[in-house]
Amino acid sequence: MTTLSIDHVSRWFGNVVAVNDVTMTIGPGVTGLLGPNGAGKSTLINMMGGFLAPSAGTVTLDGATVWRNEQVYRHIGIVPEREAMYDFLTAREFVVANAELHGLADPGAAAARALATVEMEFAQDRPVATYSKGMRQRAKMASALVHDPSVLLLDEPFNGMDPRQRLHLMELLRRMGAEGRTVLFSSHILEEVEQLASHIEVVVAGRHAASGDFRKIRRLMTDRPHRYLVRSSDDRALAAALIADGSTAAIELDWKERALRIQAIDFAGFTELLPRVARERGIRLYTVSPSDESLESVFSYLVTA
Amino acid sequence: MFNPTVARLTYRGLLGRRRALVLFALPALLILISVAVRVLVGADDSIASSVLGGFALATMVPLVGVIAGTGAIGPEIDDGSIIYLLAKPVRRPTIIVTKLLVAIAVSVVFSAVPTLIAGFILNGNSQGIAVAFTAAAAVASVTYAAIFLLLGVVTRQAVVFGLVYALIWESLIGSLVPGARTLSVQQWALALAQKIAGEGLVTSDVGLPLAVVLLVGVTLAATAFAGQRMRSLTLAGEE
Repeated sequence: MTTLSIDHVSRWFGNVVAVNDVTMTIGPGVTGLLGPNGAGKSTLINMMGGFLAPSAGTVTLDGATVWRNEQVYRHIGIVPEREAMYDFLTAREFVVANAELHGLADPGAAAARALATVEMEFAQDRPVATYSKGMRQRAKMASALVHDPSVLLLDEPFNGMDPRQRLHLMELLRRMGAEGRTVLFSSHILEEVEQLASHIEVVVAGRHAASGDFRKIRRLMTDRPHRYLVRSSDDRALAAALIADGSTAAIELDWKERALRIQAIDFAGFTELLPRVARERGIRLYTVSPSDESLESVFSYLVTA
Repeated sequence: MFNPTVARLTYRGLLGRRRALVLFALPALLILISVAVRVLVGADDSIASSVLGGFALATMVPLVGVIAGTGAIGPEIDDGSIIYLLAKPVRRPTIIVTKLLVAIAVSVVFSAVPTLIAGFILNGNSQGIAVAFTAAAAVASVTYAAIFLLLGVVTRQAVVFGLVYALIWESLIGSLVPGARTLSVQQWALALAQKIAGEGLVTSDVGLPLAVVLLVGVTLAATAFAGQRMRSLTLAGEE
């Protein structure tokens, strides 16, 4: 059991369409589900986890329907985004309870193994209520791993984690993927997905915007026209020098703003060109700010690309 | 249809929350009142009957039922931790039945048992009053647990609805509109108490056969419906 198939899936709430005719196949390895907040990532993950019925289309795990089929949980481990667990339990009690619910032969041993995998033995006998965000996340991971699932679904697992916890979880997920498990995690942060996932599915406004290797998607993202707002000691001279180079496509002198609006078509070339030209001409740069770097604009570019 | 792990999590969750204090406070109050009544007026069958009928069965039993019934599942659905039960190869109706059994056990312990103790304090079970109201409290606990568990599944305001039912419907409307008493768990339970206690001490507006049918029917229907709703329980994302 390793392949999740989402086939022409839509989900609407009243007259709001959260997921719009999405088709994707998630196989072994680490897949990142990338998209801005509100794009429908959680809705998709909830449908993959069997907690939400698709309004149209089907979600299947190796051919078995996920909705209303509790047997699929023998193969799926879920790490929910929400914080609440059984906070009055210790991590060990919590993970043991999860093992029992899975009907495992030796719940104690399975729980010990899962807690060791996430390196939580040091705090396993403290109530979950006393845990930091990162420790909670690891306890949740242990509960999801206790039955050795072949599919792991994680909803925004890095939210609120500090950098060290983030690295630790990434390392763990990478290992899970390398072991041949199907690992799917959602994120709205490109860098997170890029560092971890070999395969990316991009969702924007409920639609499946892009799919594939992260390098391909990264190139799509960096090759789009970049816009900058630049203020300098001599805007006209700077404009003249910049437009002579092939990395810029258009430069506008904005008199009201007393600034240059520059459209660059070669991201790498332009970032190298601007400081070099300024230095050579003795022009001082006061402001260099990307004017369309918001994630939403990156994503909306992807949708039209 | 019973899962010991679900039962353990449910009962620890029930008794571990702050509202569990009400579970201890109400029976304590009943026993306090009983002791005071016994000391001040001595043993009296009709006073014993009004304390047990007026406070124990009319107020304490439904309130304990609200806390045990909604508390057995509502908080988990609210905070999303129910996902750890749902994402398991455990049949959803099994989860409901297990939670119902825990809610019933907690209700009986915190309402029927104190009723029996209070009854013995009040008049030493003269005329079978203590046993009659204990039996009524026990059967009412079962039905209340089932009704309020269902409320906990279908609405996030389960406690509010439960209190409205327990206090306004059972107490107020029931005393003003005679017909409403036919649809009152309290009256159904009283029908049983009437059968057990001495003549004329307990009266119910519902005959015993109809009461039994309604108690059993409502309990089963509420449980079946809750199990059905659990199968398609939707956990919406927080987006």
